[in-house]
Order: sequence, then structure tokens, then C-alpha cells
Amino acid sequence: MHNKPLTQLADDLVTKRVSSVEVTQYFLSRIEQHGNLNAFITVDPDFSLAQAREADRRIQQGDRPALIGVPVAHKDIFCTKGMLTTCGSRILSNFVSPYDATVVDRLNQNGAVILGKTNMDEFAMGSSNETSYYGPVKNPWDNATVPGGSSGGSAASVAARIAPAATGTDTGGSIRQPAAFCGVTGFKPSYGQVSRYGMVAFASSLDQGGPITRSAEDAALLLNVIAGFDARDSTSVQRQTPDFVADLNGDIQGLRIGLPAQFFGEGLDSKVERVVREALQEYEKLGATLIDIDLPNSDLCVPCYYVLAPSEASSNLARYDGVRYGYRASDYSDLIDMYMKTRAEGFGDEVKRRIMIGTYALSAGYYDAYYLKAQQLRRLIAEDFERAFEQCDVIMGPTTPTTAFAIGAKTDDPIAMYLNDIYTISVNLAGLPGISIPAGLDGNGKPIGLQIIGQYFGDTHVLNAAHRFQMTTDWHQRAPSGVQQ
Amino acid sequence: MNWEPVIGLEVHVQLLTSSKIFSGASTAFGADANTQACAVDIALPGVLPVMNEQVARMAVKFGLAVDAKINRRSVFARKNYFYPDLPKGYQISQYELPIVGEGRLTIDTDGGEKTIGITRAHLEEDAGKSLHEDFHGMTGIDLNRAGTPLIEIVSEPDMRSAKEAVAYLKKLHTLVRYLGICDGNMQEGSFRCDANVSVRPVGQQELGTRTEMKNINSFRFIERAIEYEIERQIDVLEDGGTVVQETRLYDPDKDETRPMRTKEEAHDYRYFPDPDLPPLELDDTLIEATRQTLPELPDTKQQRFMTQYALSGEDAAQLTVSKELADYFEAAASATKGDAKTVANWIAGDLSGYLNKENKEITASPVDAQQLALLIDRIHDNTISGKIAKEVFEAMWHGEGSADDIIDNKGLKQITDTGAIETIIDEVLARSAPQIEQYKNGQTKVFGYFVGQVMQATQGKANPQQVNEILKRKLDA
Repeated sequence: MHNKPLTQLADDLVTKRVSSVEVTQYFLSRIEQHGNLNAFITVDPDFSLAQAREADRRIQQGDRPALIGVPVAHKDIFCTKGMLTTCGSRILSNFVSPYDATVVDRLNQNGAVILGKTNMDEFAMGSSNETSYYGPVKNPWDNATVPGGSSGGSAASVAARIAPAATGTDTGGSIRQPAAFCGVTGFKPSYGQVSRYGMVAFASSLDQGGPITRSAEDAALLLNVIAGFDARDSTSVQRQTPDFVADLNGDIQGLRIGLPAQFFGEGLDSKVERVVREALQEYEKLGATLIDIDLPNSDLCVPCYYVLAPSEASSNLARYDGVRYGYRASDYSDLIDMYMKTRAEGFGDEVKRRIMIGTYALSAGYYDAYYLKAQQLRRLIAEDFERAFEQCDVIMGPTTPTTAFAIGAKTDDPIAMYLNDIYTISVNLAGLPGISIPAGLDGNGKPIGLQIIGQYFGDTHVLNAAHRFQMTTDWHQRAPSGVQQ
Repeated sequence: MNWEPVIGLEVHVQLLTSSKIFSGASTAFGADANTQACAVDIALPGVLPVMNEQVARMAVKFGLAVDAKINRRSVFARKNYFYPDLPKGYQISQYELPIVGEGRLTIDTDGGEKTIGITRAHLEEDAGKSLHEDFHGMTGIDLNRAGTPLIEIVSEPDMRSAKEAVAYLKKLHTLVRYLGICDGNMQEGSFRCDANVSVRPVGQQELGTRTEMKNINSFRFIERAIEYEIERQIDVLEDGGTVVQETRLYDPDKDETRPMRTKEEAHDYRYFPDPDLPPLELDDTLIEATRQTLPELPDTKQQRFMTQYALSGEDAAQLTVSKELADYFEAAASATKGDAKTVANWIAGDLSGYLNKENKEITASPVDAQQLALLIDRIHDNTISGKIAKEVFEAMWHGEGSADDIIDNKGLKQITDTGAIETIIDEVLARSAPQIEQYKNGQTKVFGYFVGQVMQATQGKANPQQVNEILKRKLDA
């Protein structure tokens, strides 16, 4: 059951070959069996099974929306009514949201069952899932390595087949990088495609929710439910939402694939490069042509990102002050002391580091040199893509420079950690859609991701390109040996 | 040395929208604490602001009324600081690009008309309230007000006395109520003022160091706070000291200002454009449509009252202080056969007196414009004298009926029968030989005595004009 594609699972459910309660129960037991992965922060069987029973009731009555009865795991950044939403942080360790995020709400409306809340880097700040207050997640392919982050719990649970599908969020690579490390498909839609309402904000101008699944087809199925304009999010874009599933199958004969020189340069692991080049050859066989392109400002992406994202974060995280909800320090002498102790105890090191960087960058006297300059760079980076897309239809390259690294290997070196997102960050800065799909394994059997980047609101082209690859290859069907059975 | 005060004002005007600036929660005043604060207002994780369009239209309305530049594109910015009644840890405001740019407002001063520059007016959200009483050493937070829309109107430092500052504020207060964008209720904080005050030697161009006084909520306190602050700064300077740039608090009980925080303690607000809100774009259609909704403004109305009703500038100014008062006047003036000046006098006199005494707004007057017009009609057609009319008005105020009912019931109708008046005059003259003697000897002041006697005999109901005529005729015969 756990290897079935979403479409098949959904079909089994509506044709009553299996009930939602059975499916949900099945995956809940798998989560328990694979508890060592630490992929979930919250699992609430009573809650999930109640939803499953409701789905079964709807199916009986002939009410059959797209994902009726299908269990979906949510990154613990999405607010879920009546279930903890911690964002991987001590400061929200007791927070139960009184409302559902739009993404959660739309899935609920369509009959999906909340399977649980997946582990993540604290406030989505991290590339290894090691900054979580709830401890690191283990990569199902090699338990000594990280699953990537920040949506590490979601990627690991899909890879380990303990969740049929999951949601994630991506601010600088947080869907695509863990998808690459865990050998699954992770899609970051164009900025504004999926509502951010109810998604705990890290860096508002970069954050975007999306699916983490085993295939592009599964991703399209989820997107059909979660994408589209939301009046509660002023940055969500008001335009016709495509049928992501219907657009999967287009012919890619003549597709022009741009290969940025900057994505194949220094720092790229040779095994990763080899696998990516092989995948590109596969595309050539499918009728695509490869074109060398230039993204001249690529080296500015990481510094630009690490000014803008922390700046926004320093303001977004100001609300966690111990006054209205969440963690509050127990002993304090006055208001300032309460603030200081609450935030000192409630936030982890990486979050504090970024709050400090952001606060500094926005301070009087530094604003022009940092924040404003970074905004100008962001424009340049976006223009690089605009020019590149005059020559090509999609851009491809590795998702990450290396495969999953050992737990603890980079925790003391934030810069090395930040460089993990060197190929993904620019996509967020430019607001573009991007996907990571499994493209092969390295010598140690660790997955390697191919990244496909599309034009602004060219989301369906990206999924189409990913799907065509997955129709002729089986990398996305490979599962980690420990969890096959 | 002679000192010149320099004053600039920042006025926070709460906009009269039914819902908040970035959420759908109600803005009604006085609800139980925290019952009008939704997920967005209390800044739950994940919530996002959505701009209330009504707010932009109100701000544009204000901008047009002060002849200001309306910025087609304005940007929301976050003003970051920690305070328990500021749920997000930042206030959404506008910083570099406000919705309303440079404008102006004309005030009347002792030296004639004066134009006060308006630097800008920007949109922002109000914070909640911290409640320090009734919580046993703790602080209570009420977030009902959080997210209430405000425009902050910043003036140029163009005022030179506390009196000018108050004139500007009153003018602004009148204007925002005319526009229907603010209820002007200062007690409830709908209209609040920060004053920036400095002094400099007369003739000096450079501005002195200023202090800021926050959240003063009555015209009287503003005048006193500014006056106190001017005096204080002059004293400091004349004693050889320097004024410290700081925020000061005005204490109305002690009638003094005292330091709140200095420049060094001032916040670095780390303003930056709010990534949750796209820039606010206004098109010409919206601006023109808003222009069409502008009511007649106080200055225009005042001019019209002077020409249309032949009123003095002072009368016209007084009647146009609020739109409701002006409407009342016009309704009464058009309904009565009497003249507009009489209507103006009644409004400024008895009506205002009663309203003030009972602390009522004109809209709550128990005597409406039609009823006042009828009363004035009765003076006009000599049914009653002006003096009796005051008695009738009082009865009307207390709900005893219409002017006619009261005149009938109380038998207040004026005596206009010449024969009847002559009879009474003859009786008075018959017992007033010494006074007649005095009058004949040229002490014409004694004429008033005869009038008084006649009025007493008729309980004030004799037509005064007829009494005068007949008395004169008989005495001068």
C-alpha cells in the first residue's frame, strides 16, 4: 500500500477497495515503526482517525473530492486547528492554533486526512533539520546523515513511505534540498501561487508552500487542491489556476534546457555532476536541446539572501514575546526581563543568529549598506533569469552541490551550511517555480536531485518536464533499503 | 531676549471604518476587552494583513480636502519595537512613501489668516491598550483597539503660539468630522495630538532643540502643555542651560511636563517595507470618484453663510464649526419667516447655552430646527416678544410642546390691542405724577420706569413697540 502512487490510493479509496480508516491506520503504524527517524513532531491518531471516519462517511454518501480519505503529513509550520503547531521551536511548543492554514483548509475540504505534523528546522531556518527543538531527523537512506532542511521531516517521511505525501515550505531551498537528499520530488511553486495564510512566516517575500511527494504527478494532484488565489493573503496572485494534472503530459520535444555555467562550477561534487549530466542526456533522448546560459550574479545570491531573509525574520519573529501565547519564561523581574528570558530560552542558536543579523541589517546607519543593497541585488538576480529565459524554456542543474552529509558535520560552521543552498536560493529571490526530482544515486547509494527551474508562473512547464523524465526513468520509485518491505 | 516659539503637530485621527485596517474585526468602541480582536489583530503565527479599501478612500478624502498631493503609489512599512500592546512587535505604518503628500490648512489668528503647511499624512494601525489598574501589580492588555485605522497628519513647524496650535487643531478637528472620516471624540482617543515645541531668539532662522509631548487629548491641555513647555524652555535657556531633545509627558493634574525618554533612549524602529503588503496603488478613477464625495468644506460654507444669509464672519464661523450645527442653522433659517440673523442669535445664545449646560450635541437637541423656526415666526408676527420667547424656548426644551401650544397654554400671547394697552398706560400714568414731572423736566431716562410698570401690569405680554409708541405720544403731548 505504501508504494502506491497518490492517484492509485485515491482511486482505491473512492472505489471502496480500502477505507480511509484502514489507510490512515496503516500509515500511523508505519510512522510508529519508523519512530527512530524522528520525522514527526506531532502524531494524534484520534484526530487523524476521526478525520478518516468522516472521509469514509463522505465517500459512502458519494461525496468524492480529489483527495478524499488520503492521509497527508503537514510540515509543522502550517497552522492546524486543534493540533499543536510548533514550527520546530520551543517558543511555540505549547501552541495550538485556533484556525487552519489555507493549505490545510483546502486539503481538509477536499477530504484529505491530516496524518501528523512533521519535524523541521526551527522556524524553517536550517538546511539539515538539526536546528529543530525536537531533535534532528534521520535520513532514511542513511541514518547517520541529515535529511536536509528545513522540510526534513516531510521529505524523510515521504522517502520512508510513512506518509503518502506531505506539505513543505521553501524560503531558500527548504523543499527542494531535502527532497534531493531524501530521493523524493519536492516542488516550490512560483511566489504567490500557494497561499501563505496560516503558514508561520520566516521571510515573507521568499516563503512559498508546496508539495513533497514521490512523483511530479502526485505533486500536481496536491497542487490542484492547494494552489490558487486566497483573499487572505495579499501576496497571493490573482490569476487563473491551471489544471496541474492535465498539463503534466505535454510533449517536451524541442524543449530548450538552459544550463547555467555557474551551477556546474567549483564546489560541485563530481558524482553529483555525473548523475545530473546523465539525466540531461535522458532529456536529450526525449527531444530536448541543451543550451549553455549565464546567470552572472549567481555568486551574490547567498549574501543577498542572508541579508534579506534574516531582516524579514527579525521582524516576523518579534511576535513571539511570551505575552499572548507560546512559551513564557517562568522567572522574571519585569517586562524587559520577561522578554529577554522568554526569547533567550524559547529560541535556538540559529534563530537567534538570524534575528541578530536581521536586526543589524535594518538598523539606522546600516540599512542602506545592507538591506537596500540586497534589494538591489535581488533585482539583478531576477533580471539574470529574465534574460536567460529569452534563450531557454526551463533551466536545469543540480539541486545541491553534494549528497546528504553526516549529522553534526556542519553544525559548527554556519557558512558551510548556508552554501548548501547555493543553487536553490536564487529561485526564491526571483520568485520562480522550481522542483527537485530524484536523478540517481552516488557511490554510497545516496540520492541525487536534479533541479528544474521555470519562468514566473510557468509552474506547469516545470512539472511537465519533471513528469516526462519520471515516465521513462524509475529513480523516483527507488526506496531506501531499510524501509522497503 | 525675545523668544519665538516654534510648534509642529502630529495628529492621529482614527478613521470611522466599520472594520479594522488589516482585518475584518469590528472597530466599535467600548466592547469588553479582547472581544473585538481576531487572529490577525492578536498576531497569531501565520496570519497576514489584508488592506481595507475604505481606509484608502478616507485618507484620499482628507488629502483632497487639504489640497494635498495624493500619491498614486504608497508603501506600507513596518515600524519595529517591542511593547505588550503591540501584538506583532511592529506597527504597520507608512514611512518613505505616504498616501498623502504636501498640503495646507488656513487658520484664523489675531493677525489675520495664516496658512499652516501639512507635510504629509500617512496610514497606520493603532496599537492596543495597556491597563495598569485593577491587575494587582500586573498589566492587562486589551487588543480591541489594535488594528484600528489611523491617519497621522504631520504639520510643518509653522505655528508660533499655543493659540495658533489650538486654532490649527480645532480646524483639523472640524474638517475631519465634516469629511465624515472621524468622530472627533477626544476622550475616547479618536483624535490625539503630539506636539513638537522649540523656542529660538526672534530673528534667528535656525530651529532650537525641540521636545515632543505625546498623546494629549483635549484642546485645553494642549494649549496648557505647549504654554508650559515654551515657558520651561525659555527658563532653561535664559539660565544658560540647553534644551534636551526628549519626549515629555504632560500631566494635566500638576499642569507640567516631565521627561519620558531622551533621544539616546529613543527607539531605532528599523523601518522597512512590509513584505506582506503590496504597494497601495491608487488610480485617477478612485481619486476623482472620491473628490465627488467631498462635502462643502467649512471655509466654503462660512463664505456662503456670509453672503447668502448676510451674517458676520464671526457668526458664520461659529455656525460652521460643525456640519451638524450648520445644517441645523440652514434648516431653521429656511423654515422661518424671521431673518437669518435672529436664527443665528438664537443658536449662539439660548440654544448653545442649554446644549452646553447639558453637554449635548446639536443632533441631540430636544428642540429641532423646525420647532425653533416656529418660535422665531411667533416673534416675527408679533405673537410674542423676544423676551417671552425665552420663556417659551425653555418650556420647549423641557418637552412641554410646540411654541404655539406653550403660548396658548400659558396665555403668553402678546397684547397688541391698542385700546387695552392705552387703558393700562393710563392707569400707570395716573399713579405716577412725580415721574411724569421728572420726565417733563428733561430726565428722559425715567421713560424706562413707565415701560417697566406697563410690562409688570401685563406680565410682559404687552407689545413693547406699541407700549413705547403710545407712552411717547401721551408723555410728549
